[in-house]
Amino acid sequence: METKEIGVIPSFTVTLMVRRFDPETDSEPKWQDFDVTMFGTDRVLDALHKIKWELDGSLTFRRSCAHGVCGSDAMRINGRNRLACKTLIKDLDITQPIYVEPIKGLKVEKDLVVDMEPFYQAYRDVKPFLIASDTPAAERLQSPEDRARFDDTTKCILCAACTTSCPVFWTDNQYFGPAAIVNAHRFIFDSRDEAAEVRLDILNDKEGVWRCRTTFNCTEACPRGIEVTKAIAEVKQAVLRGRR
Amino acid sequence: MSVVIEQPNQPRSRKNAQWEKRAWIFMRISGAVLLVMILGHLMVNLVLPERGVKSIDFAFVAGKWADPFWQVYDGIMLWLALIHGTNGMRTLVNDYAEREWVRKTLNIALWSVAAILLILGTLVITTFDPCIDPDVENYLPGVCKP
Ligand code: HEM
Ligand code: SF4
Ligand code: FES
Repeated sequence: METKEIGVIPSFTVTLMVRRFDPETDSEPKWQDFDVTMFGTDRVLDALHKIKWELDGSLTFRRSCAHGVCGSDAMRINGRNRLACKTLIKDLDITQPIYVEPIKGLKVEKDLVVDMEPFYQAYRDVKPFLIASDTPAAERLQSPEDRARFDDTTKCILCAACTTSCPVFWTDNQYFGPAAIVNAHRFIFDSRDEAAEVRLDILNDKEGVWRCRTTFNCTEACPRGIEVTKAIAEVKQAVLRGRR
Repeated sequence: MSVVIEQPNQPRSRKNAQWEKRAWIFMRISGAVLLVMILGHLMVNLVLPERGVKSIDFAFVAGKWADPFWQVYDGIMLWLALIHGTNGMRTLVNDYAEREWVRKTLNIALWSVAAILLILGTLVITTFDPCIDPDVENYLPGVCKP
């Protein structure tokens, strides 16, 4: 059997416009363009790796799992919040430069890295943990129906794509934001949890669920496909009822 | 069956918590009521009269406000629309104004204008005097007899 040269894998050159900011030298962020040769299977994260490893080692961004699990590489790509590791370059318009920016509404620390602390603070504020008064010897059983009630909101990976796509959050950093409400929803509607009222009271706030204007940016941004706006609406209903 | 847990982090300001909820409910209820009332308003003023929009003149308005039903109808519409619109504008101000003093100033201006318009509008509806028109006897016979 002879080994035949099957044609080379097709590649293409694409321009990435990356929003750069170095707090030690820059007073303002600026755009920098990079031309990279990529393949059809490559994602925006691969292009960023290529830049960092071959062109400019100072490019700074977060990533960990590289497979849509850890939620560390949410960024604004062509004006939309997405995970760089889940965005195939070929799905974007590669005849134009691809714009990559940090997510909006949080302080930029360097290049694509933002200060996530206000985001995590809002998350902590909704008490994202099971609260129950008993200490059973075995697992807490739950019917499939009761489990299904909050299934959607268990999928959150805390990437902040939703919260930083929300126009209310952009100007009002005190707003809890979609992600915190999604994670409150996950426990509010859990039949094993006993503190639904506590969380509903926390979110019945000037900066709570009522700040949501049903823009649907969050639902569109979520890389996990969570129906974020629907979850927020369900929490609003629960606040009005006063219980889950 | 809820448990009391300590607040592990510094709490947000709980000021106006119930207010935001009430405002949210009000926007929806007033919106639904306005939808019906504004359609009725447009029908009665623009569609149903024989000469359509051309029939609106002093006599038309005087005729409506001589009737307590339309006084109440227009009064409710005035109050709902103004409070609804002003509260909606407050939302927009909160969206766009980043500095606290700008936000405060704009909101005070908004509610002041709303208050003035509400007082003026209510006065017009309740104290409207058709008798300033010498021709009034022709369309509202009897209303101006001393
Ligand atoms: C025709 C019937 C109407 C309906 C069904 C309606 C409904 C609503 C609802 C549900 C909201 C809240 C939106 C949100 O929280 O995201 C809203 C906001 C608003 N409404 Fe109305 N409304 C009506 C008439 C009016 C009128 C007559 C005015 C002006 C006087 C007005 C001015 C506003 C403004 C300025 C906002 C804020 C816009 C925003 O939040 O983006 N609306 N309306
Ligand atoms: S709800 Fe979706 S977009 Fe928001 S933080 Fe969770 S995974 Fe990210
Ligand atoms: S790197 Fe983990 S989600 Fe993208």
